[in-house]
Amino acid sequence: MLVDRQYMGVSKRKCIIWGVAFLSDGTVISVDSAGKVQFWDSATGTLVKTHLVANADVQSIAVSDQEDSFVVGTAEGTVFHFQLVSVTSNSSEKQWVRTKPFQHHTHDVRTVAHSPTALISGGTDTHLVIRPLMEKVEVKNYDAALRKITFPHRRLISCSKKRQLLLFQFSHHLDLWRLGSTVATGKHGDTLPLSKDADHLLQLKTKGPENIICSCVSPCGSWIAYSTASRFFLRRLNYEHDNLSLHRVSKMPACLRSAVQIMFSEDSTKLFVASNQGSLHILRLLEGSFKHLHTFQAQSGTVESMCLLAVSPDGNWLAASGTSAGVHVYSVKRLKLHCTVPAYNFPVTALAIAPKTNNLVIAHSDQQIFEYSIPDKQYTEWSRAIQKQGFHHHWLQRDTPITHIGFHPKRPAHILLHDAYMFCIIDKSLPLPNDKTLLYNPLPPTNESDVIRRRTAHAFKISKKYKPLLFMDLLDEGTLVAVERPLDDIIAQLPPPIKKKKFGT
Amino acid sequence: MAALEEEFTLSAVPLGAGPDGLLGVEQCDKTDQFLITDGGRTVILYKVSDQKPLGSWSVKQGQVITCPAVCNFQTGEYIVVHDSKVLRLWTNEDVNLDKVFKATLSAEVYRIHSIPGTEPLVLFKEGAVRGLEALLAEPQQKIETVISDEEVIKWTKFFMVFRHPALIFITEKHGNYFAYVQKFNSSVLSKYTLLLGQEENFVIQSFTASLDRKFISLLSLSSDGCIYETLIPIHPSDPEKNQQPRVVRSLLLKTVVSGNARNALSVLDQDHVAVLGPPLPASKECLSIWNTKFQTLQVSKELPQGTSGQLWYYGEHLFMLHGKILTVIPYKCEMSSLAGALGKLKHGQDSGTQTMPHFVNWETSQGYGLESKNSEPSKRILRRRTIEPSVQPEVPASQQLLSIIKKDSEKHIEIELRKFLATKRTPDFHTVIGDIAIGLLERCKTEPSFYPRNSLMQLIQMHVLSYSLCPGLMEVALEKTDIQMLQLCLQQFPDIPEAVTCACLKMFLSIGDDNLQEIDVNMESVSDYSDAVQDEKMEEQMGILQNGFNPEEDNCDNCDKELSKKPQKTVEETTSCPVIPKRAALLNAVLHSAYSESFLLPHLKDIPAQHITLFLQYLYFLYLKCNENATMTLPGIHPPTLNQIMDWICLLLDANFTVLVMIPEAKSLLLSLYKFVKSQICICSELNKIEVSFRELKKLNQEKNNRELYSIEVLELF
Repeated sequence: MLVDRQYMGVSKRKCIIWGVAFLSDGTVISVDSAGKVQFWDSATGTLVKTHLVANADVQSIAVSDQEDSFVVGTAEGTVFHFQLVSVTSNSSEKQWVRTKPFQHHTHDVRTVAHSPTALISGGTDTHLVIRPLMEKVEVKNYDAALRKITFPHRRLISCSKKRQLLLFQFSHHLDLWRLGSTVATGKHGDTLPLSKDADHLLQLKTKGPENIICSCVSPCGSWIAYSTASRFFLRRLNYEHDNLSLHRVSKMPACLRSAVQIMFSEDSTKLFVASNQGSLHILRLLEGSFKHLHTFQAQSGTVESMCLLAVSPDGNWLAASGTSAGVHVYSVKRLKLHCTVPAYNFPVTALAIAPKTNNLVIAHSDQQIFEYSIPDKQYTEWSRAIQKQGFHHHWLQRDTPITHIGFHPKRPAHILLHDAYMFCIIDKSLPLPNDKTLLYNPLPPTNESDVIRRRTAHAFKISKKYKPLLFMDLLDEGTLVAVERPLDDIIAQLPPPIKKKKFGT
Repeated sequence: MAALEEEFTLSAVPLGAGPDGLLGVEQCDKTDQFLITDGGRTVILYKVSDQKPLGSWSVKQGQVITCPAVCNFQTGEYIVVHDSKVLRLWTNEDVNLDKVFKATLSAEVYRIHSIPGTEPLVLFKEGAVRGLEALLAEPQQKIETVISDEEVIKWTKFFMVFRHPALIFITEKHGNYFAYVQKFNSSVLSKYTLLLGQEENFVIQSFTASLDRKFISLLSLSSDGCIYETLIPIHPSDPEKNQQPRVVRSLLLKTVVSGNARNALSVLDQDHVAVLGPPLPASKECLSIWNTKFQTLQVSKELPQGTSGQLWYYGEHLFMLHGKILTVIPYKCEMSSLAGALGKLKHGQDSGTQTMPHFVNWETSQGYGLESKNSEPSKRILRRRTIEPSVQPEVPASQQLLSIIKKDSEKHIEIELRKFLATKRTPDFHTVIGDIAIGLLERCKTEPSFYPRNSLMQLIQMHVLSYSLCPGLMEVALEKTDIQMLQLCLQQFPDIPEAVTCACLKMFLSIGDDNLQEIDVNMESVSDYSDAVQDEKMEEQMGILQNGFNPEEDNCDNCDKELSKKPQKTVEETTSCPVIPKRAALLNAVLHSAYSESFLLPHLKDIPAQHITLFLQYLYFLYLKCNENATMTLPGIHPPTLNQIMDWICLLLDANFTVLVMIPEAKSLLLSLYKFVKSQICICSELNKIEVSFRELKKLNQEKNNRELYSIEVLELF
């Protein structure tokens, strides 16, 4: 099959095939840089039909499982839906017809996927768009809505509380920053003058084309671990006054090839690595070296990798969760599986173990939150209470998942969690909100009497001050660190989109 | 799209047709061959495509053929009846009709019917029906009487209904029509009474029928020129019931032909009928194809030599006598579309063929449009079951009124109109109102003394008229200098052409003040200009301050010193309205009317300069009034808006600038307008300056709020 490589007849540029799909009936569909979607007969090698869908490249194609529909994405940001429809009603002869165009992207649509009920497209404009196929949607609920996902539902930032460091994970490098400080004090809403600016300590670039999958800085700030798709890296940082030196820890064990999640213990003596084969490795860290302690093998019959880890502050418990199976809790002391939290239908988006009580707090993608007591191997009373009453409907309707959970060392009743558009402190000692109360309860005015304040107060204290919020954690008892990533900054860094003629301009 | 092709004649020699034309044209067992029976003694077999006769047979002198010859499709024989009772059967080989098979029957034959697929049927004048074979086996058998005395068969047709033959025949007795449906699979004869609706006094000139699944759709052409449709059920719902079912006919097409001639009708297919007859009383006869679904004339052909008022349709050929010559017009109908139907309609108009008795309004149900709405089968059934003569559409009332309009006195028309308007509104109310208005105007045109002012005013006040519904109304009002009516029209009509608006404006400006005082004008839009003049002087000062700009204090360097010296004087000049309130009200009506600049401009040039100046002064006065309050509006219930005022000022200046510059009276006005524009420009430039400052302030404010790359904030959390 020879594609017409003439590029719109005039240009010298050659036409590139960006994607092909091979259907079980022998049809080959090709998409190319000349904006064509072409259907070929693989038996005869002949071109059956050409659709010119764009003036720019058609970059991606995905076919549905039934092979009755496929989707292509173009460099103009348009996604076209093609369907195999009958030529006339109740005739058996069918043909591919371009049915629906969607324009949800401003830049190239680099990849598309076709789920049974939705078209999914991802583009250079950093958006992932899920467009439900309305004819396949049976119930008109929240899932039937168009979803635009801008930020990954993963934690990309880790924090060293002791040294007040933040490690930012980018696709090809890591940035380590030391937070600034101030000596001033102020009242609510003040921005304090900095006595010391934030320092960019280090930029760690990866070699080769592979993206960084995960990264972590140890709580003590002396270790940085990160992994690409094929290699695991561990770095030792030495601080001498203001000088920083970086040492590569070599001779990683053979079992440590690639990790999907990395976690340091609170005292930075242990490193927990979730490999992409489903096993969990425990390494003991010494001065500049390490020792492989143990490997928890994947549960029999599953190859699912554990993508979320949580370790208890006392270092005794390790909780790990995959994408679909339940959360497993391992005893680090005894190096064996302690218990498995009853499975839940929706994937886990964040995990954390509270200090002292060793309660495991689990956030799911359907916005449910569970609290599970590891020592008692059962859900806590509070968790049962909130499951009984149900979450506030506004809480359940939030669009982005909880990506991080934290705790206040001095206030055991508080749980700090955040998604991309809010952060929330759950005060377990306060009554739960019901659907009649206001969920987003701004700070009550201080001039109100205590009675009213107490009456309107409920367990969910929500602030939308920072958004989009990528990361938030407690540094110490009185300090929170929050990382915002304004969308405007991202858009400003994007290459210009393909110019389209509008209204004769 | 229906189309008539080039006609051709079948015989150059005139047929011996009697005064009633031919007896009949019938199909033969071979395609393209037709049996023509003339009114006397001859039967001719024609091959139509060759346009030549294949055979000709005559009965003896003294004998008269009384029933058109038919072909027995099962045997290929031809059958004819002469002298009402004598049946003759022959074939192509026979030469002399005298020598062929003969059977003498006991009763008089009305028609012999023969269609492919079944044996021929003989319908006797008394309404009895026999199969040919049974009849030939026993020719002298007794024939019963089915229809009553004095009942006469008018028309008959033979169908195949689901492979069973069925015969329908229509009888008439003292102006009442009855339909009989004889079915041969069950030997049931059903009788229906045809209710003619309200026009009982019209006779039916022609029938035609087609099968429509469960119904026989019987179309009849009345002498009022309208085509009516009657649906007769093939399967009677309750045959046991003694009560005679009645069927109503409903209007299908209105006034397709003039009723006084001999007209004929033939159904072509589901949606098309062919009508033969003169479209207008005076015009020549025409063959017209009408689409009944869209009620459009599809094609029409003039037949100048007249016809016998007979029309036959077989396959693709329409047969008629044109003059004395049998003419065949091939007819073709392709799939029609609404657009096509409309297009042809237009074409028919352009080509000047006088075939447009009525224009059909698609949007509104005009007359028969209303009827056709009711023509859905379900409703028809409903109507047939509950026949209430009182259920009559509103159309007659309006038609009555129209006929009253044609002859009665103004006073009587007014009373009748009031009565009519008091009745309930029908869906086609506005078209009816339009028709009435047109009727009134037509009489106005023919009778110069007739001017039913009150009736017209009443109609306009119904809020349903528009310029296009009664195009002549404003012209008549202009002719009669009916200021009040013109004001009403300007207020009510949304679609007045610019030329008419301008003519109104011209009249409003030119009419004398003393004339105006006598006229009753709606003063809504100007209610308190005059009485508020005194109080407004104070307010004006306030108003200027409110706007934040005082033309007296403006520091515009090039502002004309001379002008700024006497602003107080101009204010004095302009606060008194330059026109009397009644004229102001009329001008406001013009200001409110819709227009398009490019069409209005040329007409504005025709207005005399002093009138333009007056109008400009008035507009300027309104503008100053507008400026007096912060909202830039005028007092009153429905005042002109600032935009309307500004647009009109610009239009007038554009249209008449050179003239205005030349005449001295306009000079002070132009100067003050100029000054105003200047002050407006100053305001704008000041506002621009302020805008820049505000933008800077906003930027400063934003910078303050903007968090930097790294900041430490104090947050009080709960």
